[in-house]
Amino acid sequence: MLDSGARAIREAIAAGQVSAVEVCRAVLARLDAVNPSLNAFNLIAAERALARAAAVDRKRAAAEPLGPLAGVPVALKDNLCVRGMRTTASSRILDRFVPPYDATVVQRIEAADAVIVGKTNCDEFAMGSSNENSAYGPVRNPWATARTPGGSSGGSAAAVAARCVPLALGSDTGGSIRQPAAFCGVVGMKPTYGRVSRYGLIAFASSLDQIGPISRTAADAALALTVLAGVDPADATSSRQAVPDFAAALTGDIRSLRVGVPRAFVSEGVEEGVRRAFAAALDAIEGAGATLVDIELPHARYAIPVYYLVATAEASSNLARYDGVRYGYRSSADLDQGLRPMYCRTRDEGFGAEVKRRIMLGTYVLSAGYYDAFYLKAQQVRTLLRHDYQQAFEKADVVATPTSPIPPFLLGEKTADPLQMYLADVFTVSAPLAGLPAISVPCGFTGERLPVGLQLTGRMFDESTILRVADAYERVTDWHTQRPPL
Amino acid sequence: MPSSLTIADVERIAALAHLELTADEKALFTRQLADILAYAEQVQAVDTSGVPATAHVLGEPTEREDEPRASLPRDEALANAPDAAVEAGLFRVPRVIG
Repeated sequence: MLDSGARAIREAIAAGQVSAVEVCRAVLARLDAVNPSLNAFNLIAAERALARAAAVDRKRAAAEPLGPLAGVPVALKDNLCVRGMRTTASSRILDRFVPPYDATVVQRIEAADAVIVGKTNCDEFAMGSSNENSAYGPVRNPWATARTPGGSSGGSAAAVAARCVPLALGSDTGGSIRQPAAFCGVVGMKPTYGRVSRYGLIAFASSLDQIGPISRTAADAALALTVLAGVDPADATSSRQAVPDFAAALTGDIRSLRVGVPRAFVSEGVEEGVRRAFAAALDAIEGAGATLVDIELPHARYAIPVYYLVATAEASSNLARYDGVRYGYRSSADLDQGLRPMYCRTRDEGFGAEVKRRIMLGTYVLSAGYYDAFYLKAQQVRTLLRHDYQQAFEKADVVATPTSPIPPFLLGEKTADPLQMYLADVFTVSAPLAGLPAISVPCGFTGERLPVGLQLTGRMFDESTILRVADAYERVTDWHTQRPPL
Repeated sequence: MPSSLTIADVERIAALAHLELTADEKALFTRQLADILAYAEQVQAVDTSGVPATAHVLGEPTEREDEPRASLPRDEALANAPDAAVEAGLFRVPRVIG
C-alpha cells in the first residue's frame, strides 16, 4: 500500500478496499522502522493522525462525499503552522513554539480530508541546501545514508522517497523543494509566486517563498496543487488567478510543445553523471514528441549572487521578530542588564550559524553605504533575469535544466565553506527570482546510483504545461518508480 | 569594501542585527562574509542603467479594505511567551528604565 501514490490510496479508501485507519497504521509502522535511521521527522503526530483517519472512515461509512485527498497520509515541513502542534522551523529559538492557528495550506488539505502524520526536519528557517543546518541534526538520504537528502525540505523529500508517505509539503525559496526532490529521486514542485497562500508559513524571504508538494509522480503533484492553490484573504500576495484542475493537463501529448535548453548555461560545472542523465532525459522528451530549441538566459550566471543578496536582506528583516519577548526561546543569562542585552544574547543562543551568517549578510547589504551597490543592484539584475525568461518563453513553452549540477554529496563535505554550498544552487535560484513555477522529476542515476533530477520551468501561472511534460516524461521512463534500498 | 571587511565592520553589523557574537563567530564571519561579498560583487559589473528594481514579481494589486477583523484571544497570544504576566495580559521583559 505504501508504494501507492496519493490518488491510488484515496481511490482504494473510497472503494472500501482499505480503511484510512489501516493506511495510517501502516504509515506509523513504516516510520517506526525507518525514521531512526533517516531522522526525517521532528514530530510524529500518531494519535491525532489516527483520529483524523477514523473520521475519514466514519465519513465514508455514512456515505458522505470524500475530499480529493481522503485518507491520504501527508507530512508537513516543520515550518508550516498547525494549531496545537509544535512547529519549530528546526530552530532552537522556536523549540517549544505551539502555533495558535493553522497555515492556510493546512486548512486546505484537511478540508480535502488528508491525514497529517507529522512535521518533517529541515534546515533551520529553511536556510540551507543539505539539511545540515537543523537544530535537530541532519536528515539522511534514503539512497545513501552517509549523504545529504538536500535541503532545505530534506525531511519531506526523504519521507516520500522512503515510502513513509505518498505526499509531503515543503517550501521553496531558492530550490528548497526541487533540490531535495532531485537528491532523493522524487518529484518536487515550486508553484508560481502567489499561487499558494503563504499564511502560516514561517517566513524566510517573503518575495521568494512558496509552498509546494513533494510526491512520487507528477499526477500526485497535480492533485495536491489543485487542493493547495487559490487566493487567500490572509495573504495579500496570493493571486486571484483562476485555479484549473491541474490533473486535466496530463494528456500525455507533448507533440506541440517546445522545450528550451539554455545550452551555454548548462555546459559549465555540471558533474558527468548528471550531464549524462540530463542529455538522456532531453532525448526521451524529444522522443515523446516535443521539439527541443536552444535558448539563452544571459543573466542566469548572476542568479546566485542576486539570490543571496535579496534573500538574506529579506531574511534579516523577517527574523528581527525573534527577540525572546512574545514567543520562542529567551536566554536566561544577563536578564538584569536590560532589554537590549537580552535580545542580543537570546538571538546568539537561539539561532544556528547559517542563520546568523545570513542575518549578518542581509543586514550588511541593507546598511547605509552598501544598499545601492548590493541590494538595489541585485533587484535591478533580478529585473534583467525576468526579461531573459520573457524572451526565452517566446521561443519555448518550457525551459529544461538539471535541477542540481551535482549529485547528493556527503554529509560534512561542504559545511566548512558556505560559498561552495551556495554555488550548488545554480539551477534552482532563477525560477523564484522570476516568480516562475518549476518542477523537478527523477531522470536517472549517477554511476554510484545516486538520483539525478530534471528541472522544468514554465511561464507564470502555467504549472499545467510543466506538469504535462513531467507526466509525459514519466510515461516513457521508469526512474520515478525505483525504490531506495532502505 | 568587502575585501577589507574587518572585525569592527562585523561588530557594527552584529549590533544592527541584535546579535551578540562570540569572538570565534566574529573571526569566522569576518572571513566568510568577505568571501561571499567578494563573490557577490560581480553583480556590479552588470549594466543596469534605466532598469527598474524588482521588489516582488506579482502584477496584481495587493490592497484590501481596512476593516476590523477578529484577532487572537489574549490568552492564546500570550501562551507561547517565555515570560508572560497572564493575569495582567502582558509580556514581561527585563527592566528598561532604571
